[in-house]
Amino acid sequence: MSDAAFNIDTKLGKPWKKPPFVQRTWLRWALLAGFFAYLIAAYMTIEVNWTRVYEGLERGKQFVLAFTSPDFTSRSSDIWEGMLESIIMTVASSVVGIGISIPIALGAARNVAPLPVYLICRGIIAISRALQEIIVAILLVAIFGFGPLAGFLTLSFATIGFLSKLLAEDIESMDRVQAEAIRASGASWAQWINYGVQPQVMPRLIGLSMYRLDINFRESAILGLVGAGGIGATLNTAFDRYEYDTAAAILLIIIVIVMALEYLSGIIRARVQ
Amino acid sequence: MLRLEKLVKTYKTGDQALKDVDLEVPESQVLALIGPSGAGKSTLIRCINRLVEPSSGKVYLDDVELTGLSSGALRRERRRMGMIFQEYALVERLTVMENVLSGRLGFVGFWRSFLRRFPQPDVDEAFRLLDRVGLAHMADKRADELSGGQRQRVGICRALIQNPALLLVDEPTASLDPKTSRQIMRLICELCKERKLAAIINIHDVALAQMFVQRVIGLRLGAVEFDGPPEGLTPEVLTTIYGEEDWEATIEKVEDEEELASAP
Repeated sequence: MSDAAFNIDTKLGKPWKKPPFVQRTWLRWALLAGFFAYLIAAYMTIEVNWTRVYEGLERGKQFVLAFTSPDFTSRSSDIWEGMLESIIMTVASSVVGIGISIPIALGAARNVAPLPVYLICRGIIAISRALQEIIVAILLVAIFGFGPLAGFLTLSFATIGFLSKLLAEDIESMDRVQAEAIRASGASWAQWINYGVQPQVMPRLIGLSMYRLDINFRESAILGLVGAGGIGATLNTAFDRYEYDTAAAILLIIIVIVMALEYLSGIIRARVQ
Repeated sequence: MLRLEKLVKTYKTGDQALKDVDLEVPESQVLALIGPSGAGKSTLIRCINRLVEPSSGKVYLDDVELTGLSSGALRRERRRMGMIFQEYALVERLTVMENVLSGRLGFVGFWRSFLRRFPQPDVDEAFRLLDRVGLAHMADKRADELSGGQRQRVGICRALIQNPALLLVDEPTASLDPKTSRQIMRLICELCKERKLAAIINIHDVALAQMFVQRVIGLRLGAVEFDGPPEGLTPEVLTTIYGEEDWEATIEKVEDEEELASAP
């Protein structure tokens, strides 16, 4: 294939350079200069109060030292209750959230769903992602009152935005020919999804679900701060009373559980490749 | 049994892949579709079972006009057209058996297929077909564990278990070595003969096409340039289809191969 307008002689004997991303020279330099000017100005506006930092270092030290003597015992019943509540919230919200996410993910994949369905599902995902967990939790606590119900609903809602979006993207990037072959056999839409699409996205779905379980557990510790139940409430109380040793104990338990979940998800994903 | 009338396909990008293609395929005829890349071979095959929607024109399978069918009616007609793909297009994370049985999806309800409880005759037929292509012992293996030639044979089983009247075959040998390519072509043609199937085999290996089929269609820039028996493919004809090239080597090779094939 040779282009008629292309003359090889004009190119020979000259060095070649990759064409720049921004074609116009003045615009390229203006963008770069503007970015660096903004960066310097931004750093200059961040104020540092050094006397405050010096005082704070002492509190920070106490906090870190508390980890050397975590106190699991004196508030053990509170910790136990909070943990149990958090785990219940995590499991319940993950199951409900994932269950709702799957149909929405199918709707939000352009190669599977027609345009109107696609737009609706993308809209749901956008809303769920735009609203930060804490904001949703504050709203739901206002509606349903303090306790794990608000936390459960918040986490379910947040799971939809996360899982649907990532699963939909995996469905969109699946191998088209494998799915096409199933359609060519005269399969119905549901059969096509079950045989042509589901096997291709299953490892990703399982991996994402495990990751979301992990996130939901960590979030449940945060949601307690706004009164949505779980271990976060216990943690908040401990901080309010300056009981850093109890707080340290709670944080250590959270770290251990998150690590255990990470290990578990590694095993499961290795099995379902 | 299959008739195309003035079939046109223009892609959204403005590329005209098919220009007024007329074609008639009688009962149990195996024909090869040759032509350079981009001539519209894949588009033509996909327009027949409407994996690609034709822009205009008509497709008749027996007396049913396919281009105007509703999605439900189209599914019923698709059951009568088995398709075999380039690169096999097996669902890699399903087992060989599931892949073969997926050819029955048009005949069983969703819940039966979802629970993998296919009717016993279907399961028996799947085993018979796998045995026919020498893969019955691989039934529970996952499709991605198989070699290229084995995968293509599973693809053939998947198409045949539909009990189709017509096979649409898209570059069945494109990713296979020469010996396996011939085995696969021989298998497809034998099975078509056994079951009295018509087949359209889209293939870029001219020599291979000449060895196995009764009729060759040459496609160039979306239009039919040649329609005749394989012996009719002279250097002049190949030049009109593919452009200027030394064709003697290709044609000689065919004769050599035919001797080789008939030797053992």
